[in-house]
Amino acid sequence: MDLTIALILLQDGILNGAIYALLGLALVLVFLVTRVIFIPQGEFVTFGALSLAFLANGKVPGTAHLLLLMGVLVCLVEAFSAWRARRWRGYPRTLVWALLLPLVLEVLAPLAAGQGVPLVLRVVFALALVIPMGPMIYRLVYQPVEQASVLVLLIISVAVHFAMTGLGLLFFGAEGWRTPALVEGSIQLGPVAWTAQTFAVLALTLLLIGGLWIFFGRTLYGRALRATAVNRRGARLVGISTRVAGSLTFTLAAAIGALSGMLIAAITTIYYDTGFIIGLKGFVAAIFGGLVSYPAAAAGALFVGLLESFSSFWASPFKEAIVFTLIIPVLLWRSFGSVHLDEDD
Amino acid sequence: MELSRIFRPTLMAAAVLAALPLAVSAQIKVGVTVSATGPAASLGIPEQKTVALLPQKIGGESVQYIVLDDATDTTQAVKNIRKLTADDHVDVVLGSTVTPASLAMTDVAAETGTPMVSLAASAKIVEPVDGPRKWAFKTPQNDALMAHALADAMVKQHIKTLGFIGFSDAYGDSWLQEMKGAAEAKGIKVVAAERFARPDTSVTGQVLKLLAAHPDGILIAASGTPVALPQRELVDRGYKGQIYQTHGAANNDVLRVCGKACNGMILPAGPLLVASQLPDSNPVKKSALAYVHAYEAKYGAGSVNTFGGHMWDAGQLINRAVPVALKSGAKPGTPAFRTALRDALENVKELSASQGVFNMSPTDHAGLDKRGRVIVKVVDGKWTYQPDL
Repeated sequence: MDLTIALILLQDGILNGAIYALLGLALVLVFLVTRVIFIPQGEFVTFGALSLAFLANGKVPGTAHLLLLMGVLVCLVEAFSAWRARRWRGYPRTLVWALLLPLVLEVLAPLAAGQGVPLVLRVVFALALVIPMGPMIYRLVYQPVEQASVLVLLIISVAVHFAMTGLGLLFFGAEGWRTPALVEGSIQLGPVAWTAQTFAVLALTLLLIGGLWIFFGRTLYGRALRATAVNRRGARLVGISTRVAGSLTFTLAAAIGALSGMLIAAITTIYYDTGFIIGLKGFVAAIFGGLVSYPAAAAGALFVGLLESFSSFWASPFKEAIVFTLIIPVLLWRSFGSVHLDEDD
Repeated sequence: MELSRIFRPTLMAAAVLAALPLAVSAQIKVGVTVSATGPAASLGIPEQKTVALLPQKIGGESVQYIVLDDATDTTQAVKNIRKLTADDHVDVVLGSTVTPASLAMTDVAAETGTPMVSLAASAKIVEPVDGPRKWAFKTPQNDALMAHALADAMVKQHIKTLGFIGFSDAYGDSWLQEMKGAAEAKGIKVVAAERFARPDTSVTGQVLKLLAAHPDGILIAASGTPVALPQRELVDRGYKGQIYQTHGAANNDVLRVCGKACNGMILPAGPLLVASQLPDSNPVKKSALAYVHAYEAKYGAGSVNTFGGHMWDAGQLINRAVPVALKSGAKPGTPAFRTALRDALENVKELSASQGVFNMSPTDHAGLDKRGRVIVKVVDGKWTYQPDL
């Protein structure tokens, strides 16, 4: 191994690590606020990437229909609970985001898949298709059981993961897809060429991390989320709705997932089930932070990316084994080092 | 009361009449289990779609196909064949798509005395023909057949050293073993062997290691669209040697995902892939085009896929063997018929199908020979038949 190879591996590791970092952050965020170990996080990567790939190939992705279906379900569920509580005040808002938005997107989808639409517009459209699925899944699946134990929520997550993977196969088929690069060109830095897409991934990762930092530190909603994360009951006592917090968290998680998917779909082939393995590696990263620390998760993600890249050079048949075995010493170390968080705060 | 007295005998007669055809008809039941979901879905889906094109009547008897999905899961495949044999009393089982599931199914096939035709590639399913493998047949080409074709092409292209990157599963293992044997027999040295997994998002490390070994040629042993990842990485990293693929890459989706990076790659494939380019003298041309036309008439132009051809060929084997088995006098649905069908399958001779010409024998349950593979090169994003390689 010479310097050039080491540098290329470093570049590759950082690139993958950045994506794992984003997913790790989303996992930590969702767990802190709602206590859900969000296994379907990876599916948003797939849905985002493949929706964009389908639009770029002139096809209407099945996610458009799914969004409409989920929107109708959300409206029905909301109508039922509004009727029971005899409070219809918030209902028009539900109709707008869960029914009107999917309907508009469904109608516009053939246009977005048409010839000559700029890639940026397609990215925005695909994001609009996938992101509302986050809060919809929260409303349909997690909100009715928000008081359940972490284990029950985990089992539900597994079910949601399988459902979404199955739908992914139905919508996108078994073969992989790629999207056109968001930015073309490459820059020669020393002996290694860095593609512009790499910089785009890194820049967006940093931007998102920075954005999340400002969101949590400076804004009311962000602080509300943090408060919910620290103490759910306390947050409710001071008037923070854990439901709004949960919904917001899932929106953020879906957005991060979909965006990550679009970033890597130009670099690698994405299959209907790719998201799961990427999400798992994000999960390993999140474990580094004990599912509670953002900086530790980000550092863990970078480490996972680098380890993966170098082990693929040294011992490619054992690459996945090495990455996932890593979780054992980390768990041991965390179980000695950290205070045990009680489940029922 | 009055009414029921009048109607009762009529009803009884109707019931008896309705039951009669079931009792006397000799409908042939074909059980199918394919991996229409899970990791091998890209192979299983075209196979499943092909079932609709298989003969509905053989030797004057109607054929019923019972299609199950095993989700590329060995346990599920075994459950499926148990259900097909125990509940549906099928006469023959087609499937499954992948090698591990097919291997596990052979035991049930032998135990229940049901012939099975696997759509998986590994020679281990049918070789050697003894014990439970007496009941197992398969339609895809052996990896060894393809590896020898590649080795011959490599000799003609003056390749002395070969790099290898393959799936970290049975497919990659089998290919590494076969290719090493075939290459070394021709004096080609395998200088590096790397692995990657289907859902991997990067193969940079493996590709760098291959490049460091400076091989004249590199073989990518993977199937479906994942083959594009190492191919693109090799081209992006400036590899100038010849890149080879296996017949797992013979799939139009590969060209879509791979784009320009796949131009120039060489692979062995069933003649089906380039059926229309074959010379008229080729014994497989007509039978391969028959499948292409049947499939594209139903699913649209350009939709045909070589993996589905293996299911079509299994159908052709049945089509040839069932009339022979019927002549023995045994009734479908009986153990005697299944045994007769197995014997008939073993004696299929010179059957031109979509992927080659089958010649089964008591020692060969795969039956394909050199007519079952051609060398194909991708030129300007199109599969191009290479008669000289």
